[in-house]
Amino acid sequence: MDFTLKIWRQENARAKGRFVTYHVTGISPECSFLEMLDILNQQLIDKFEKPVCYDHDCREGICGACGLYINGRPHGQDDGVTTCQLHMRRYRDGDTITVEPWRAKPFPVIKDLVVDRSAFDKIIASGGYISVSTGGVPDANTILVPKEDAELAMDAAACIGCGACVAACKNASAMLFVASKVSQFAKLPQGRVEAKERVKKMVAKMDELGFGACTNTGACEVECPKNISLSHIACLNREYFKAKIL
Amino acid sequence: MIRLDARIPEGPLAEKWTRFKATQKLVSPANKRKLDIIVVGTGLAGASAAASLGEQGFNVKVFCYQDSPRRAHSIAAQGGINAAKNYPNDGDSVYRLFYDTIKGGDYRSREANVYRLAEVSGSIIDQCVARGVPFAREYSGVLKNRSFGGAQVSRTFYARGQTGQQLLLGAYGAMMRQVNAGKITFFPRTEMLDLVIIEGKARGIITRNLITGALERHFGHAVVLATGGYGRAYFLSTMAMGANGSAIWQAYKKGAYFANPSFVQIHPTCIPVHGDYQSKLTLMSESLRNDGRIWVPKKSEDAEALRNKTKLPADLAEEDRDYYLERKYPAFGNLVPRDVASRAAKDRCDAGFGVGSGLAVYLDFEDAIKNLGKDVIRERYGNLFQMYEKIVDENPYKTPMMIYPAIHYCMGGLWVDYHLMTTIPGLFAIGECNFSDHGANRLGASALMQGLADGYFILPYTLQHYLAEEILVPRMPVTLPEFERAENSVRDNIHKLFSIKGKQSVDAIHRKFGLKLWEMVGMARNKSGLESALKEFSALKEEFWKDVRVTGRYDEMNPELEKAGRVADFIEIGELMARDALQREESCGGHFREEHQSDEGEAMRNDDDFMFVAVWEYKASDREHEMHKEPLKYEDIKVAIRNYKI
Repeated sequence: MDFTLKIWRQENARAKGRFVTYHVTGISPECSFLEMLDILNQQLIDKFEKPVCYDHDCREGICGACGLYINGRPHGQDDGVTTCQLHMRRYRDGDTITVEPWRAKPFPVIKDLVVDRSAFDKIIASGGYISVSTGGVPDANTILVPKEDAELAMDAAACIGCGACVAACKNASAMLFVASKVSQFAKLPQGRVEAKERVKKMVAKMDELGFGACTNTGACEVECPKNISLSHIACLNREYFKAKIL
Repeated sequence: MIRLDARIPEGPLAEKWTRFKATQKLVSPANKRKLDIIVVGTGLAGASAAASLGEQGFNVKVFCYQDSPRRAHSIAAQGGINAAKNYPNDGDSVYRLFYDTIKGGDYRSREANVYRLAEVSGSIIDQCVARGVPFAREYSGVLKNRSFGGAQVSRTFYARGQTGQQLLLGAYGAMMRQVNAGKITFFPRTEMLDLVIIEGKARGIITRNLITGALERHFGHAVVLATGGYGRAYFLSTMAMGANGSAIWQAYKKGAYFANPSFVQIHPTCIPVHGDYQSKLTLMSESLRNDGRIWVPKKSEDAEALRNKTKLPADLAEEDRDYYLERKYPAFGNLVPRDVASRAAKDRCDAGFGVGSGLAVYLDFEDAIKNLGKDVIRERYGNLFQMYEKIVDENPYKTPMMIYPAIHYCMGGLWVDYHLMTTIPGLFAIGECNFSDHGANRLGASALMQGLADGYFILPYTLQHYLAEEILVPRMPVTLPEFERAENSVRDNIHKLFSIKGKQSVDAIHRKFGLKLWEMVGMARNKSGLESALKEFSALKEEFWKDVRVTGRYDEMNPELEKAGRVADFIEIGELMARDALQREESCGGHFREEHQSDEGEAMRNDDDFMFVAVWEYKASDREHEMHKEPLKYEDIKVAIRNYKI
């Protein structure tokens, strides 16, 4: 298969970026999207040009490192997959594909398609955990968790922190990311103890870092590679009101 | 040379760890504030160690090459974590987990370390639950277990097919809590490039900032490596793309010994290779073998028809299928340990019964779906099935999965004593990057257990014991000549890489080297293959330093430069792996020497001559590596031939 690629190139955070057009030919339909970019990079290296920078690591959809804005959609057109799980068989021979980095103020571009997502770590550091230290905890089976609650907590905990929700949101809101953590712990008895403090701190940090507000558009849920439900945002709002008002 | 002293505490096996803790030296809270610890790597071992050390009151500096500590490759572990809780009341105990681990490792690991691992396993589950890890539950609300290869009990705890992710996020949360408390400073997108030794002790590291390219110096009273395995040496593996062996290799070159480098694990259930542009392989969790049945056709003409797609798997009647694991190993069936399952798959494919490209076998859920229903299977393995379908474009609910073995884990690593300290005082190695617990083969769901055992419950004790002697040592300035020299040598190396301006990309050389390594130091090894591998690797090393092309500049984000440094080290590690495989004239665990097999093709160990840990010492670039032996003594376990048949 042959493709025309329009890729965002930007030397560094301060430089001005632009789209550059490339052509790749003879791509196998079994090739993953990132493997197709590897092939492009090999071509560039052969010409002594700088290869395109993009984040990636596990290449099996779990580390959350990769994240490309492909034809106007985070992680491309497929539902429930990360960029690294996208395959070229999903495109038509001869297609033109536009590839951009995540676009959001709290995620500044570092180079080409690589953005700085350290804001997510800052949100977690503000309270996205249960404050127990190593040692001195009860036997695991003394904390009983109803199966449905454990399943709901796991649904929320599946978040990989890739940032697609922020990139998809017209307000660059991190509500789905924050909700996934708040909701995971809110559903577990271990997490209830400091639920109020947690939600207040995490929401305050999210606001401070410049993420926008949620207007219930739902783009985040549609684009989330782990299909994390918007209902967790409802849970976050509930927890927030409980902490602030009740 | 340094005398190899494993520093195993006196006393009966079951009391060693308790005795150590009772008599170890401690550091007072006031002194902890004066001590700095460097932790490299933020997987399960690194993140849990950093969190625990920060909680104790030490100042911790944490480094990872990823953009966030949460992305370390522990995140990709799927199936579960073992612990001797005996919740299902099926006869498990600390001793049995210890026994299974030693036996699974083919009697090539150290008794005292493994016993301690089994002993602390239960606490890990308690800790993770307290930190909010959403493990699978029964309707009663208690924790649920499943079974894994190499065990006859159900001792594996899991969080769907994302156990590694959930455990890592738990440890990451704990670590970020210490960042918030000011006890941990973390440096993402930062790679360690050298170790700094001052007066014989590890005192710091040289790093490269992967955004700006700047070289930086960091001091620590002790340095902890938690950098994972070196399996990416093979190019195609289930490891993350950035996973590398450079930190441990630099430590090796500075005097840390390397143990059993040839012991690598080949995982039986990976998605088969499909093309020469492929960048990595994907693992399908071992837990699938709980319900999936592995088979190939009985007749080679059927195999050919399946390869040509003139027949479909469903066309084959039950009596035309060879469930070879159930046939050969009736006691363990599809749940034999990984090395046994991998070799059996290779054996069938080499004999012409492979399906797909010829290098694949079926993992079939038809019976499980019939017996348990689709919903149960979806609940147990839903995300794995989805992942398979996305990659292969086939629906495993309808047609059997195709799998083939791939490189997955390194049992070998830096030699450490009972304290997890290497032969360089003050340099510790935890998790996959040390050699300590898995012998010649690791059991499924034991890597997560070891990573968290080392980080949560072992290192925080043993490191404190070491640091008790360091309380009078002031923080050293990074302007010392040792730092200067180390930074200069790193800089020289970088400039050398740019100056070559050859014709081949880093990946091109890596791919070539990796294929050779797989062919000759992979699933089956033999003397002539290993000898020619040694020659070819040394030629490839020369080729690399003459013909590699590194584009871009050093003072910018430059993944080509990062890869070049890693591949240069992989080639050297590969040489040592081949050397180690060559000296070990026996078959044990993941190390299979074709010369040493029974008539039925089973591995033949040689306990009289090889019951030792091969411990390698680096001499100089122009001199041979020297091998030392740490003899293995089994006092509490009867050494037997590993038998999974009856």
